[in-house]
Amino acid sequence: MSFLTTEGLPRAELESLLDLAEEFQQVLARPIPKVPALQGAAVALMFFEDSTRTRLSFERAARALSADVINFAGPGSALSKGESLRDTALALRAMGADLMTVRHRAAGAPRRIAEWTGLPVVNAGDGAHQHPTQALLDSFLLRRRFGKLDGLRVVIVGDIRHSRVARSNMFAFTALGAQVTLAAPRTLQPVAYRGWPVTVTDRLDDVLGEADAVYLLRIQTERGGRSVFPSLPEYTARFGLTRRRFDALPPESVVLHPGPMNRGVEIEDSVAGEERALMTEQVEAGAAVRMAVLFRLLGGRL
Amino acid sequence: MTAPPPAPAYLITGGTPLTPDGPVAADVALRDGRVAEVGPHLPRPADGDASVEVVDATGMVVGPGLVDLHAHLREPGEEWKEDIASASAAAAAGGYTALVAMPNTDPPVDAGHLARYVADRGRTVGLAEVVPAGCVTGGGAGRGLARLDELWEAGVRIFTDDGRTVADAGLLRRAMEYISDRGGVIAQHAEDEGLAAGGHMHEGEVSSLLGIYGLPAAAETATVARDLILAEMTGARYHVQHVSAAAAVHLIREAKGKGLPVTAEAAPHHLAFTDQDVKGMDPVFKMYPPLRSARDRAALREAVADGTIDAVATDHAPHAPHEKDVPFEEAPRGAAGLETALAAARTALETDPVTLFLRMSVSPAAIAGLSHQGQWIRPGAPANLAAVAWDESWTPGPPYHSRSVNNPFTGRSLTGRVRLTFYRGRLVFRDGRVLTGSPAPAGAGR
Repeated sequence: MSFLTTEGLPRAELESLLDLAEEFQQVLARPIPKVPALQGAAVALMFFEDSTRTRLSFERAARALSADVINFAGPGSALSKGESLRDTALALRAMGADLMTVRHRAAGAPRRIAEWTGLPVVNAGDGAHQHPTQALLDSFLLRRRFGKLDGLRVVIVGDIRHSRVARSNMFAFTALGAQVTLAAPRTLQPVAYRGWPVTVTDRLDDVLGEADAVYLLRIQTERGGRSVFPSLPEYTARFGLTRRRFDALPPESVVLHPGPMNRGVEIEDSVAGEERALMTEQVEAGAAVRMAVLFRLLGGRL
Repeated sequence: MTAPPPAPAYLITGGTPLTPDGPVAADVALRDGRVAEVGPHLPRPADGDASVEVVDATGMVVGPGLVDLHAHLREPGEEWKEDIASASAAAAAGGYTALVAMPNTDPPVDAGHLARYVADRGRTVGLAEVVPAGCVTGGGAGRGLARLDELWEAGVRIFTDDGRTVADAGLLRRAMEYISDRGGVIAQHAEDEGLAAGGHMHEGEVSSLLGIYGLPAAAETATVARDLILAEMTGARYHVQHVSAAAAVHLIREAKGKGLPVTAEAAPHHLAFTDQDVKGMDPVFKMYPPLRSARDRAALREAVADGTIDAVATDHAPHAPHEKDVPFEEAPRGAAGLETALAAARTALETDPVTLFLRMSVSPAAIAGLSHQGQWIRPGAPANLAAVAWDESWTPGPPYHSRSVNNPFTGRSLTGRVRLTFYRGRLVFRDGRVLTGSPAPAGAGR
């Protein structure tokens, strides 16, 4: 069994993972934040694309479960010497990996690795496709904050078209009962979204007044070559969470961002420092939900 | 130079040859590289007469050898994927007796000596006629014209930068004018570069869900629309390669209605699959143009049936297994298809033998100007034939005769199986086995 996508994940499955994460959150609060649940198991961290917080979060989760960690970094590795992804994956299996956590710039790479190795694989972000543990940690945080997601109004803002976080989160949030709106200029909206459980708008200000949570996506300022909006200041004016927009939000609402943030682009600097901006809490929640996923995938085998 | 061995004589018994008057239950006698007789109960050779080989074709449709307008043979330059020998073997196994070789090799076929090399290699292998297509532009790079006269003198009749689009309308216009003087065909891989940039699959609901950059159908339609304007302006013969979009089909139908000398081809994979098949992100389903929507597929099937699309052509695009065994977005584009094309088209189209051989042999031979290919079975016709067990169900899979295995029909149940292929009067494929080719004398063919 692998954990590759939130699409089609049933509510009961999501809730059971979140319940498990609650237990691991208690573990992490102990003086010695460690349980022997996965002692003897080896978790390979295969990050073919740069990542800091997700990799560290998986590493922390694996160690808190007493698993061994096999770290593989893309740059400088055999892969940069021309080894195929398949051979790299098979080599890590030969080194004793029992589970692989994979981040790759190409959609479907974790699934291919699961097919090649026969091992359980956790998708830690594949192209613009999925990043299911991000969705899980955001759901975890929202559930802690609001008690449940049922009826919660979540607005996801930004580069929906190229965002694996948006794809993962909209399926998880809606499966848990939230109402999701995607807000972006037409060029950053998904091309075709018939059948998606969401509404889509290019008018952010029309939907912010009712929002319980505003989920900002990173604008890739480094995206070169292809214009998707005229300029960063124009994007910020229409879709940035400015002080003015933040102040107009309902008082109990919260702000999330998967990081890393571009302060001054999708979020005004002072808004990022607000108490209702939960970016630090998101990072904290990462370890517990990833423990839940690792435990669920490996627990039955030990 | 040694004289070629005399072509053997065959008596093909019990089949249903497709004659100029339609399908007839009859035997077919081949002699001296031609069809000698067609008729019921032709006399069997006397006991001990080894000069005539009797070949049982009971239950088979016997049609003209298939002609593929669109195959990538990868030679010269990419022989690890395929070469002219392995592609010729795959052709024989697929019932093909002629292949138009796409010129985007390394180096590209943009000059006479390169076209001659490709044709000569085909003759040496001797399993199917290899007909070189030539580049429209030098190096296929889209800037200046290729050596069109040299290519013409070397026998090239189809000019294309396939794999890429001749994007510059001014350059395409000049190519059309120049080649139409000669009577050649401009064939276009129609894909607007700006609209297609970065795309890996059909732009639509599936690509949106997978987060994979899409190639919109408009990339093809916009280019076809522009090209048809230029074809009308220049009077040139224009051929649309591997049509994939319903809107492009509509434009082609309209142009034909106006009487323009426009032709088109569709590939078996576009007739069989849609972007839903890409959901598993298996690179075997990655090709350009991409597998499109069910609506597009329906339009293609209808257009092949009514003749708006003249030909079914494979776009046989082999890649080595290790090149395809990667994540979808990193995989090269293209699918192998010579060995499964007839069955795939028969299964997808549910059509009759005459229509299928029209689209896969007679019409493509006419488009390519191959007078000795694609002829209904009658006395005097060149003995290029394919016999198909019309209702046989089978499941293709490796080992293939092609050097590559990136065939999306692997493991699918198909109906209609090529059992016999005769090329230049010689049995070159029988019941799964390619028989040794016989080098054709220089100058044979055209």
